[in-house]
Amino acid sequence: MHEMSIAVAVVEQVEQAAREHGAVAVEAVRLQVGELAGVVPDALDFCFSLACADTVLAGAELTVEAVPARARCAACATEWAVGMPPDLCCPRCPGVAGELLTGRELQILDVRWAEEPALARADQEG
Amino acid sequence: MCRTVDLQQAVLARNDGSARELRAALTARGTVAVNLLSSPGSGKTALLELELGLARERAVPVAALTADLATENDATRLGRSGVPVKQVLTDGLCHLEAVMLAGHLDGWLPEPTRLLFVENVGNLVCPASYDLGESLRVVLASVTEGEDKPLKYPTAFGLANLVLVTKSDLAAAVDFDEAGFRANVARVNPGVEVLLTSARTGEGVGALLDRALAVLEGAPVHQPVMGRPSAGHTHSHGQVDTHSHGPVDTHGHAPVDTHGHAPVDTHSHGLVDRH
Repeated sequence: MHEMSIAVAVVEQVEQAAREHGAVAVEAVRLQVGELAGVVPDALDFCFSLACADTVLAGAELTVEAVPARARCAACATEWAVGMPPDLCCPRCPGVAGELLTGRELQILDVRWAEEPALARADQEG
Repeated sequence: MCRTVDLQQAVLARNDGSARELRAALTARGTVAVNLLSSPGSGKTALLELELGLARERAVPVAALTADLATENDATRLGRSGVPVKQVLTDGLCHLEAVMLAGHLDGWLPEPTRLLFVENVGNLVCPASYDLGESLRVVLASVTEGEDKPLKYPTAFGLANLVLVTKSDLAAAVDFDEAGFRANVARVNPGVEVLLTSARTGEGVGALLDRALAVLEGAPVHQPVMGRPSAGHTHSHGQVDTHSHGPVDTHGHAPVDTHGHAPVDTHSHGLVDRH
C-alpha cells in the first residue's frame, strides 16, 4: 500500500512549507487526486492521519478533490471522459488519445494554517 | 484567523526529482536501467535469469538488482548467471523508490555496466507510481493471469514502454486470449509493443535484450499517452523540489542491504564502485 508513502510525502512538504511560513499548526490540507493517479482516497485519508501524528499537521483535515480523466484524440481532436478502466481509443474515429488532459494529478493544492495546535483547539472547543 | 496558502506542489516531486537525477547520472556513465514490473509469480526472475545469461554470452556488461520483502532467493538464482547481482530487502515496503535505488547503486554498480535490470517488488499497484530513473519500463503479465489484467491495473500497463507476456508456452493449456489481451493493452496504452516470451522455450528472450540494447544506442522509446505531459497537466506546475538530495528513505523503511554494504552517501549519486 503506497498510500502511506504518499501521505508521508504530503506531510513532509507541508512541514517544509510551515517552516517557510512560520506556521505553528495546520487546520486543513487540500489535495487534487486524478482518477488515474493510482491512489485510493480512503486509504490515503487513513494513512494521512497516522502520518500527521507528532508533526505540525497533527489533527489536520485532509480534503481530496477528485479529478476525472479526460483525453483528446490526436486525429480528430474529440475530447472524452476516459472512464475507469480508461479507454484511450477515440469514441468518434479510429484514432487514439494524443494527450491525457487530466486524470494523473497528485498535487497539494493549498494548506490552511491554524493559529494553534489541534490539541489546544480541541481544549477550547470542549 | 486562519491563513491559506497555495502550494501547488506535486506530491511525488521528491521522488520524481531523484529519478531525474538518477537517470541523468546513469546516462552520463553509459548505463540504461530497465525497470521490470509485474504481479508476484508472473515469471520475472525466470525471464531475467535467461536475459542475464544471454547478455553474458554476448559480452554485454549487465547487472541486476532485485527487490523483495523477504528472502535472498532471487539474488541467489540470478547470481548463478555470473553477473553482478544485488538483493534489496524492502522491509515490508511494497515498491522501490528512486532514492532507495540510488542508495543501493552507489558504491556497488560496477563499471562498466551497460544494462541494469531492476526487478521491482512483485506488485502491479504501488510500483507503477514511482519513476526509478529507468529508461525502459517493462510490464510483464503471464498467460495464466487472464487477458483483462491491463484493465484491472491500468496505471501499471498504461505507463509501460514495453509489455511482455510471459509463460507463452502455457498459452494453449490455459486458453490465453492473446488477441483480447492485446486489445486491452491497446485500450490503456495505445501503440505500446507487446512481446510474447517463455523462459521454458526461450521465446522472446533475445527480443527483450535487443530492445534494451537499442535504447542504449539511443533508439526512441514508446511514450505512453498516460505518461506524456499535457498542457493542462497540473504536475507540470509543481514547483521544483529543491530537497531531492535527501539521503534517507524518509518512510522509516530503511532498505536492508543484505550484502553488508551500508547505503552510502546518496547526495552525490556517484554510481561507480569505488571499492
